Amino acid sequence: MEYVVEMLNITKAFPGIVANDDVTFRLRKGEIHALLGENGAGKSTLMSILFGLYQPDKGEIRIKGKPVKIKNPNDANDYGIGMVHQHFKLIHNFTVAENIILGKEDTQWGFITKQKAIEKIVELSEFYKLKVDPHAYIKDISVGMQQRVEILKMLYRDAEILIFDEPTAVLTPQEIQDLMTIMRNLVKEGKSIILITHKLKEIKQVADRVTVLRKGKCIGTVDVDKTTEVELAEMMVGRKVLFRIDKQINEGTENILTVKNLSLVSKEHDRLLLNNINFHVRKGEIVGIAGIEGNGQSELVYCLTGLNHDYEGKIHFKDFDITNRSIRERTALGIGHIPEDRHKFGLVLDYNLAENLILQTYYQKNFQNRGFFQFTFIRNFAEKLIQTFDIRASRGIDTIVRSMSGGNQQKAIIAREVSRSPELLIAVQPTRGLDVGAIEYIHKELIKHRDQGNAVLLVSLELDEIMNLADRILVMYEGEIVACLKTDETDENELGLYMAGAKRGDISNA
Amino acid sequence: MHKFFDKNISLFSSICAIISGLIVGLIIMLFTNPSEAFSAFFTILTGGFQEGFVSISRMLYDAAPLILTGLSVGFSFKTGLFNIGAPGQLIMGAIVAIIAGVHFTFLGAFQWLIALILAGIAGALWAIIPGVLKAYRHVNEVVSTIMMNYIGLYLAVYLVKLVVYNREKNESLYVHANAVIPSIKLGNLTISWGFLIALLIIVIFHIILTRTVFGYELKTVGFNHHAAQYAGMNAKRNIILSLVISGALAGLAGGVIYLNNIGRALEVVDVLPNEGYLGIPVALIGLNNPIGIFFAGLFMSYITLGGFYMQIYNFVPEIIDVIISSIIYFSALVMLFKALLEKLGKRRNVHG
Repeated sequence: MEYVVEMLNITKAFPGIVANDDVTFRLRKGEIHALLGENGAGKSTLMSILFGLYQPDKGEIRIKGKPVKIKNPNDANDYGIGMVHQHFKLIHNFTVAENIILGKEDTQWGFITKQKAIEKIVELSEFYKLKVDPHAYIKDISVGMQQRVEILKMLYRDAEILIFDEPTAVLTPQEIQDLMTIMRNLVKEGKSIILITHKLKEIKQVADRVTVLRKGKCIGTVDVDKTTEVELAEMMVGRKVLFRIDKQINEGTENILTVKNLSLVSKEHDRLLLNNINFHVRKGEIVGIAGIEGNGQSELVYCLTGLNHDYEGKIHFKDFDITNRSIRERTALGIGHIPEDRHKFGLVLDYNLAENLILQTYYQKNFQNRGFFQFTFIRNFAEKLIQTFDIRASRGIDTIVRSMSGGNQQKAIIAREVSRSPELLIAVQPTRGLDVGAIEYIHKELIKHRDQGNAVLLVSLELDEIMNLADRILVMYEGEIVACLKTDETDENELGLYMAGAKRGDISNA
Repeated sequence: MHKFFDKNISLFSSICAIISGLIVGLIIMLFTNPSEAFSAFFTILTGGFQEGFVSISRMLYDAAPLILTGLSVGFSFKTGLFNIGAPGQLIMGAIVAIIAGVHFTFLGAFQWLIALILAGIAGALWAIIPGVLKAYRHVNEVVSTIMMNYIGLYLAVYLVKLVVYNREKNESLYVHANAVIPSIKLGNLTISWGFLIALLIIVIFHIILTRTVFGYELKTVGFNHHAAQYAGMNAKRNIILSLVISGALAGLAGGVIYLNNIGRALEVVDVLPNEGYLGIPVALIGLNNPIGIFFAGLFMSYITLGGFYMQIYNFVPEIIDVIISSIIYFSALVMLFKALLEKLGKRRNVHG
């Protein structure tokens, strides 16, 4: 069997952590080889070594059987290795063609000649069925198209080995299907693909073989058609994982949140970010808001929590009109908020755990007396939360939050918000970037909160998360709610159509 | 030792800045006058004790306004604001203190205390303007406080000429004897009430930051204003209050300097008093920690005094300005030293 890439016994250590520990990874010619692992398992490090961004401490890299040293990304390009990064590296006010040739421009008398390049691009895109308009500006094309530009960029440089880093994170379900087709076309024409991912379903769908990493160690390489998702998950996490959380679908009781004709205009672009939004949330239900990133979900949350006050329309919470109420007033009335960006909004990283756990309640009686903190009460309070919510921190409540793991940081936020028993909990991307174990824990907490008779508004980009948790699903597209669906009466394909704006549903019951 | 080192990494980085500054000074001295360089340098290092208790008293006296301006800058730093306006707030405090010190003789024995309080209020008022501009119109406080410095300078000069002008010396009139800040004597040591007030404010500063809701809000805004907003804190109020308190401390420093009987008056020149700007390095070397600022202020005063005594050698006193500027320069690099030391510490932990 011919291998195009062999990474043999690679070890790479950073201060405090061994990112790759004796990892061996072999890529066959013409296969799609998935690299599976949780966050921090060492996938990115391994690929960065292959791409020349890091040097391994130990081990050997062979390209087509020959031992090589890859000192920088230019070397990698010379060996025919190309990478589609998770966050695209494109210039938005350049055209597709200009982005593709960037760094490899043909010139005549110092002027760029594009004609030949454009011909080559058109030829490539027809050959690999990657339809793009070379004259379109990046800012005008969809995310899926932008990804095609990234792929063409590699093909233009005659890359033979293509690395895809979490390529589906930003795509709609339909775009994901298109990408799968593209990947199959690429291997059919002799390219070899490394697919970095933590989504098991995609691996089952498209990959030939899969190598699993866990905590820097190589757990094994298996043929995809000889394994199951459950087995792969076990390899990845090291224990059995619950995929679906057992829960009943709840109808909910009376209305707790009612949003009427909510609109928001962007100050910079004079563009509608939210367009006449109407919906309600009932006690005892989890309402999921699905949508592709950047379709107004964040803005909606800002308006509901009071972080943005420039909106038009009305927001009612319980018996109050909170349209003009401040953030503090809304929090005090019983709205909890697990923010999208935990480092930006949710935590003060330089504070210790106790100081972060009182962030929403520090001003209340018991916590302070005439402006002076009651430290005994605060310490007891924080200790109790750590125990109840199983927050692991090396120095207990005195641990500086910056030094804690992402999962435990998120647990701290959830402890703080849930322990206040807010009647409405707004949870935005509550499990982003967390490992499977932490995700399981957080999902259970959210359902427990619902089962205590509270309402949860869950905003997530992960369809699986929405399908797993929500009783009712609202889909947002370009600042509007385009569908309101019962979870047990819909599926991912239907949701995908709404998310892509291809379909509009009945929203009278939203 | 290792544990001690890890805990005091900030302290070590400040000391690194000071030592680096001193070395630069020594190198320049070696270039200009190699034969006397070392003895003069020794004088700088021992300056604060040159004449025993007289020197120590002088050092404490000069340290008081430096500590106050250091606290002024440090306090606003805690809220994430860079108050470069301390010189302007200081001169406004100074002119108000001088006016009260010259004219408000009806206050009798309390004249100095009232004049000092008015100085603090004047500094606070001077800082309200940048505070409001920052809170409501997002005007960068660095720019607005610098501009307020010059407005303050010329306003003060104008007020000197208008109401407290000493025509012969082209400076302000000396304040009334009742307006001079009194001192207490401990044997041979003289301690001005200005220094004691600075000490008192350090304690208050420390308590506010570590024990109060107000201090928690200020620090939260400083560390992460997004999180402060998320928690429903009133960012506008905190920004204004932080600058007002910062301004009050700088104004107080102005009062402490000019309510004297040692012949220092506000000159009619286009220069802001040095103590205002020195607050920035004092805060930096002190790492914005009240106790750190106390020692940084003492050190600045000590080394300036050393420069004064160094003149007996064949050196111009400006050498001391070079050393202080080098220390200022290196103190700006304190953060870099800190990062480097932390890296070293980490590496050692990994291998050890």
